[in-house]
Amino acid sequence: MTSSDTAPEESSPLLSVANLVVEYAIGGGTVHAVSDVSFTLARGETLGLVGESGCGKSTLARAIVRLCRAKSGRVVFAGVDLATLAGHRLRAMRRRLQIIFQNPIASLNPRRRVGDIVAEPLVVAGIGDKEERERRVRGALSAVGLEPELTLARYAHEFSGGQCQRICIARALILEPELIVCDEPVSSLDVSIRAQIINLLEAMKARYGLTLLFIAHDLAIVKAVSDRVAVMYLGKLCEVAPTEDIYAEPAHPYTAMLLEAIPRPDPGAPVAAGIPVGEPPSPTAPPSGCRFRTRCPRAAARCSEEEPPLREVATGRVVACHFPLLAVSQTLGRGRTSGQADF
Amino acid sequence: MPARPPDRPATSSRETLLVIEDVRVELPTPRGILRAVDGVSLSLGPGRTLGLVGESGSGKSMLSRAIAQLLPRKARLSGRVLFAGEDLTRLGAEPLRRLRGKSIAFVFQDPMTSLNPVLTVGSQIAETLTEHLALDWRAARERAVELLAAVGIPSPEQRLKHYPHQFSGGMRQRVAIAIALSCEPRLLIADEPTTALDVTVQAQILDLLAREQRRRHMALILITHDLSVAAGRTDEVAVMYAGRIVERAPTGALFRAMRMPYTEALIAAIPDLQSAPHTPLRAISGLPPDPTRLGPGCAFAPRCRHADAACHRDRPPMRAAEDGDHHYSCWHPLPARAGVA
Amino acid sequence: MPTSDVDIAAAGLGESRVRISPRLPVLFWLAAGWIGVVLALALTADLLALPSPTDMDMLDKRMPPSAVHWLGTDNLGRDMLARLIFGARISLTVGVAAPLIGLIVGGTLGMLAGYLRGRLETIIVASVDVLLAFPPLVLALALTAYLGQTVANLTYIIGILSIPAFTRVARASTLSIANREFVLAARALGATEARILARELLPNVILPLIAFFLLAVAVTIVVEGALSFLGLGVPPPAPSWGGMIGEGRESLEIAPRIAFLPAGAMFLSVLAFNIVGDTLRAITDPRQASL
Repeated sequence: MTSSDTAPEESSPLLSVANLVVEYAIGGGTVHAVSDVSFTLARGETLGLVGESGCGKSTLARAIVRLCRAKSGRVVFAGVDLATLAGHRLRAMRRRLQIIFQNPIASLNPRRRVGDIVAEPLVVAGIGDKEERERRVRGALSAVGLEPELTLARYAHEFSGGQCQRICIARALILEPELIVCDEPVSSLDVSIRAQIINLLEAMKARYGLTLLFIAHDLAIVKAVSDRVAVMYLGKLCEVAPTEDIYAEPAHPYTAMLLEAIPRPDPGAPVAAGIPVGEPPSPTAPPSGCRFRTRCPRAAARCSEEEPPLREVATGRVVACHFPLLAVSQTLGRGRTSGQADF
Repeated sequence: MPARPPDRPATSSRETLLVIEDVRVELPTPRGILRAVDGVSLSLGPGRTLGLVGESGSGKSMLSRAIAQLLPRKARLSGRVLFAGEDLTRLGAEPLRRLRGKSIAFVFQDPMTSLNPVLTVGSQIAETLTEHLALDWRAARERAVELLAAVGIPSPEQRLKHYPHQFSGGMRQRVAIAIALSCEPRLLIADEPTTALDVTVQAQILDLLAREQRRRHMALILITHDLSVAAGRTDEVAVMYAGRIVERAPTGALFRAMRMPYTEALIAAIPDLQSAPHTPLRAISGLPPDPTRLGPGCAFAPRCRHADAACHRDRPPMRAAEDGDHHYSCWHPLPARAGVA
Repeated sequence: MPTSDVDIAAAGLGESRVRISPRLPVLFWLAAGWIGVVLALALTADLLALPSPTDMDMLDKRMPPSAVHWLGTDNLGRDMLARLIFGARISLTVGVAAPLIGLIVGGTLGMLAGYLRGRLETIIVASVDVLLAFPPLVLALALTAYLGQTVANLTYIIGILSIPAFTRVARASTLSIANREFVLAARALGATEARILARELLPNVILPLIAFFLLAVAVTIVVEGALSFLGLGVPPPAPSWGGMIGEGRESLEIAPRIAFLPAGAMFLSVLAFNIVGDTLRAITDPRQASL
């Protein structure tokens, strides 16, 4: 299961998600949060996952770390199918796979000291004795740019949002995991702090050799950190491509719409010519066929009858669209479907 | 959609709708007196859009509430707020109440909480109409339908009877805008109207605000933490930091030739869509200031690359740049030159 | 990647330190002081040089305060001060122990129900609702008639009757916290359910529970007083405030002090517990909300 464009000595992908489906009941209906999503994540890369609210990216993140139950599909991490693990074996695996959440202040127990919070992963994993743990906690706090002496004995509410996120990152790093899922880690922070945290994440990735799944709705931030980008809409993947390619030439109409809608810090730039139409439908009643067809300027009859599969349109690029903006490359017209997770 | 019109000069010679003179808002807190707004002066002409940009804690929301005299009870307000010549700080409660909703309207950030969940949308719109315009029930209903259509809500007659939770986030914000516009206000204050919305919906809502503002020749104060939002949609921009305005200029001039290092740092911190992935971002070091513990000098000095002893000691006054409309508050402004973007 | 971009936010940290100085109102300290005094007296009752609370002196019935009897005597010649202090013992014992049963049992059940959800929650909530449906006074009557009127039985009965309220408070508090990201983060670390309950949830739930506990103490003192007043509580000759009020009824015209002193003591104690409980709840709530 190797990607066609990776170096020959690289092993199989660190994370492989195949046909993942997550649904849950709400009120009178079912929310189809994640519908048949497949992708892989190679060791050492950062995959950016972009989508608007209701697209299911947070649910996907939680399903990957098994914080919520998937209805079907597989999540294979370092060659092990996570669904086959339970009890203490699952707990042991969790050490290698961490997650950072959106609201940093709410991610910290208000009644515990920061030192205890950052040491918790070590205690749960049964690593080290008291001195060893304190040493590692201090190391982690310094690594994220906080002064241990001033931080250890304090409570979360004494810190700002950005500092709390640093504490969360320290907690995620202390077990030296292989993969960190970042669920909108900077969305709730001020603009000037976001840049600090993004730089910190990049530095930590380099230092600890991490693999990141970076989830956000801000396309500019995603571009700054990702090697590849996946775009999600209403529970389905629209396209996956290397970062430069997807921003320079989006293949899926939704990606193009997102890019158009981003405000630019340039008063001379014309205000978006194509203002997006309508709003995302409710995830309890997704449209038939292609889910984006209700807002797509290129929608045709085929789009409501037949759901487009994720197929390759260029090297390393896949799109789920009957009429992608990129012409399907002649040599790759074979149209592999998403069941193979081959990209 | 055409490119933006060229910058028009500020309103010094024309009649101004809103004049804010040296407004200060102080709040007592257990940690000391919090100076939410620390000596702000502004003016805004009719039909103009002012972008008020700042991060959390900069005082921009408190300033907007000070304009409408909607401050919390414990707050102390000093200074003058002149709206169409009348000093709002001296008005009684009843004249103020008549003013709000009719001449000065508000749109808040979170439409979930700014709309009453137990009243239908129609009755909330009609409430403003019957209150300020003394319309009868039938006329109010017709007008409500017109308003919902104007803000882009499909099937307005049916949706009048719906409750807020039956609308999506973007739709709810449109309803909030409809309520705000219902009495043809002369000034609309939009406090982070799109922060809680998706980027595609954000573009639609900002577009709606701009369109309605042009149609009704309404003054608009657009409060946001996102400079990019202000870039495309405003005539002037004022940047706030720690309760003070640190730079104010016509939008184009601000982005082309910013003088205050904070403004430059704020723009630089936005990831550039043109640059390659993994380019390190230009972060601003340090933390936002603690508003209860501001030093005597420039509030940005602890984080400023160019700060020296004078910056920490004395607060820089607001000075005018060469072209008269561009004001900044800095001892060591950036040289006047073609800037970023 | 150079680490010079990583910020040492140390300087900012020193300034952003929050000094929470909750200036507790004077009333709080007065109330706490009263509770302290009553507790101290009740605990040291045996050591104080008091006349016996049960010694009847038929010659000195209904005497006003004097050097021998500081607060006078009641209608059977017993020393009022001694009876008040020993009565405090009973009132406080039942008043604190009974809600304690509710706190421990109800709090645990509520937390389990609120965190584990599912069938366990349904069972717990249903059982607690059944208990709540029993008319409490009738149940108390029936049980004391069957088991006998002792302080211990009274404590158990009232304690069990207070479980539903604590379960509800604990469950509501747990529900509101269990979905917060820090609990999710603990699960993501692989912490066991038991550890999450003990380390993450309990420290957050315990404060509103304790605030509620203090209010429950106040209510229980009144309940015990009412039962004793009706003759269903602590049996004579053991003094209890409620019983003393009942006994003082017949002397209201001659020596109203006999009824009013215990009533006053009960009133002040209930008020004090209410104030302390309310203040604690006010302190803990906003901080929870701001997070």
